[in-house]
Amino acid sequence: MSDPRWSEALAHLPDYLGNHVRVSVAALALGLLISLPLAIIARNRPVLRGTLLGVASIVQTVPGLALLALFYPLLLALTALTATWLGFSFSAFGFLPAVLALALYSMLPVLRNTITGLSGVDPAVLEAAQGVGMTPRQSLTMVELPLALPVMMAGIRTAAVWVIGTATLSTPIGQTSLGNYIFAGLQTQNWVFVLFGCFAAAVLALVVDQLLALIENGLRNRRRVRTALGGLGIAALIAATLVPAIARPQARYVVGAKTFTEQYVLSALMAQRLQAAGLSTATRAGLGSNVIFDALAAGDIDVYVDYSGTLWANQFHHTDIKPRAELLSELKTTLAKQDITLFGELGFENAYALVMPKKRADQLGIHSIADLASRAATMSIAGDYEFFSRPEWAGIQKAYGLTFRAQRQMQPDFMYAAVASGEVDVIAGYTSDGLIAKYDLVALADDRHAIPPYDAIVLLSPKRRDDEVLKAALRPLLGRIGIAEMREANLRASGNDASSSPDAVARWLWEKVGPR
Amino acid sequence: MPATPLIAYAHVGKSFDDGRVVAVDDVSLDVAEGEFLAVVGGSGSGKTTLLRLANRLIEADRGRIAVEGEDVSRIDPILLRRRIGYVFQSGGLFPHLTVADNVGITPKLLGWPQAEISARVDELLDLVRLDRAQHRDRLPHELSGGQRQRVGVARALAAKPRIVLMDEPFGALDPLTRDALGDDYRTLHRELALTTVMITHDMTEALLLADRVAVMRGGKLLALGTPAELAANTDAYVGELLRTPRRQAERLGALLPRDGTA
Repeated sequence: MSDPRWSEALAHLPDYLGNHVRVSVAALALGLLISLPLAIIARNRPVLRGTLLGVASIVQTVPGLALLALFYPLLLALTALTATWLGFSFSAFGFLPAVLALALYSMLPVLRNTITGLSGVDPAVLEAAQGVGMTPRQSLTMVELPLALPVMMAGIRTAAVWVIGTATLSTPIGQTSLGNYIFAGLQTQNWVFVLFGCFAAAVLALVVDQLLALIENGLRNRRRVRTALGGLGIAALIAATLVPAIARPQARYVVGAKTFTEQYVLSALMAQRLQAAGLSTATRAGLGSNVIFDALAAGDIDVYVDYSGTLWANQFHHTDIKPRAELLSELKTTLAKQDITLFGELGFENAYALVMPKKRADQLGIHSIADLASRAATMSIAGDYEFFSRPEWAGIQKAYGLTFRAQRQMQPDFMYAAVASGEVDVIAGYTSDGLIAKYDLVALADDRHAIPPYDAIVLLSPKRRDDEVLKAALRPLLGRIGIAEMREANLRASGNDASSSPDAVARWLWEKVGPR
Repeated sequence: MPATPLIAYAHVGKSFDDGRVVAVDDVSLDVAEGEFLAVVGGSGSGKTTLLRLANRLIEADRGRIAVEGEDVSRIDPILLRRRIGYVFQSGGLFPHLTVADNVGITPKLLGWPQAEISARVDELLDLVRLDRAQHRDRLPHELSGGQRQRVGVARALAAKPRIVLMDEPFGALDPLTRDALGDDYRTLHRELALTTVMITHDMTEALLLADRVAVMRGGKLLALGTPAELAANTDAYVGELLRTPRRQAERLGALLPRDGTA
């Protein structure tokens, strides 16, 4: 426990846990609000019942992460519509898509158990309800629902546990949750964070499940005290998570970060600079590559670091590759059309590069991608989750006529170890990654310029276009971070010890590059 | 027969499955005020359907049914059911409600004040001879079959109905309990001046409890009358139904002589 990472994890707990509880409770409440009436309406309608259960089952088979990711563009399109036609827009980022996706996810167990519970009521009892003069509604509320309650509550408990577990996946769409520990920990190899996040989510799920069990027990055995205690527990949990949100002033500046180590370090560095300038700042880390740009354009985040080549190829779909300066200036004009400010370059480039062990490359006489082409047919290549679907990969393949025997997708931090151990022959690594030096790897030369330049650039949201305080706080970083410093920072951040947290590494980096 | 009948069936018919199964076929029958009528028949004779037509648990296809002089098709079925007591086969109690809540259900639906319901429940538990203190807060599954049926009777009487319909109320009970309950109910019927229609497949029970007995077969009303009138009926099926109680009475008479030790 002397490890400072535990105390750092604890320091984040009120924020992460609070957000996690809020999004889970809202999603569960919405899910119940939709599925309970639906189940009641469908109980005597076999066709509707079958359709509902079918749809809910299909939703359940969609992986949680994909479902969450789908809601973001959906809402983005919707908010564009409401802005045009109804004159208002809403944030398609974070809370709303997370709540909607999780609510949808919670529906199956509630629907299924409510329908099963209601149809399991003894027909003789229903007849008696009719016989003593109950209206259909009275029969439902006084007889059917109370009798179906145990089965229904079991479904609600299952839904609660699912929602709380799946809510950890809402981090990449901008909703802070206990998943922040897991995503950050996985990227920066901080296992303390990963464990802490898993443990906290499990404990929360267990507590909510037991509180619901208490309510169920109280309702079933007509013990008002138990029902009240359970309800009070849930209410207390919600209240406790609302207090920090009320007490803490809303951060004015939000720094975004994508899902890899360098981004965690750079966002921490920018957040530190903003705070040093007296600006209240929050970080939204672990955002998906496609989510983050839209989030900036919509003003959900204020500033983040992207890479020129990534925007060029992925965001603006260019297939041609231009020289560095030309590409940057053209990018600047294109971004300005969306009212986004390309504030400046940090000084280093984080390009994709084909990387292999130095020793093996020397043995085989491979120094450039062109040299690799003749041997590629017998080799395997690994890349991150997006590389093989990126236009750069198509460009490289076309320029050099590359075809590999096999291609695999991997967690970026594991690729380097994999290629060093011979698990794969070549990887699509990042030039700023410190692991290239650590594992004695070499980046192959791109003589035909198939890979575009990837200058790290700071982007500002539309509403920060003329924010001189913000600009003054970040200006000292521009042009100051060289490839050597970034590599070392990344290497430090990928370590698994106390000094490897993004915050600590960011402070170290500032020591190195800041004005003396 | 005194005054207007309390329940009057006139040429009533009901069929199920698009007319393939005729449950009740052109039945006309009057039940006088204060009368205890038993309807006897085998399964599929239509006796239960006939009973349920009276409080519109089942809607008639043909004919007219009047309760207390009013055509039932003109009365809101919910209100109709609240003013007619109904005793279900093996109780039909709500398993999640206490004895008191089961008994007080119809008054509650009628919007009686809580104190009045509570007093009425105590009164009814006394009437059906259940110990208040001991049974009031029990759940149905904690009761014996006989106690459950007593609660069922109390529930049917709760809203002070003039008419009570009973669907094989004592069928699932052991003979001793059945006898005691039958006698107790007969007393209640007289003291509260009820009009009762009871469904049973047991002719002995019908003869012992009812003023008149109706015999049904294949949806038709085969015979109707006092025990003595039935005994004079020449129909073969009626004769067959009467044979069992007759033989039982003869044998019991022989086995248990009046001046015997029993």
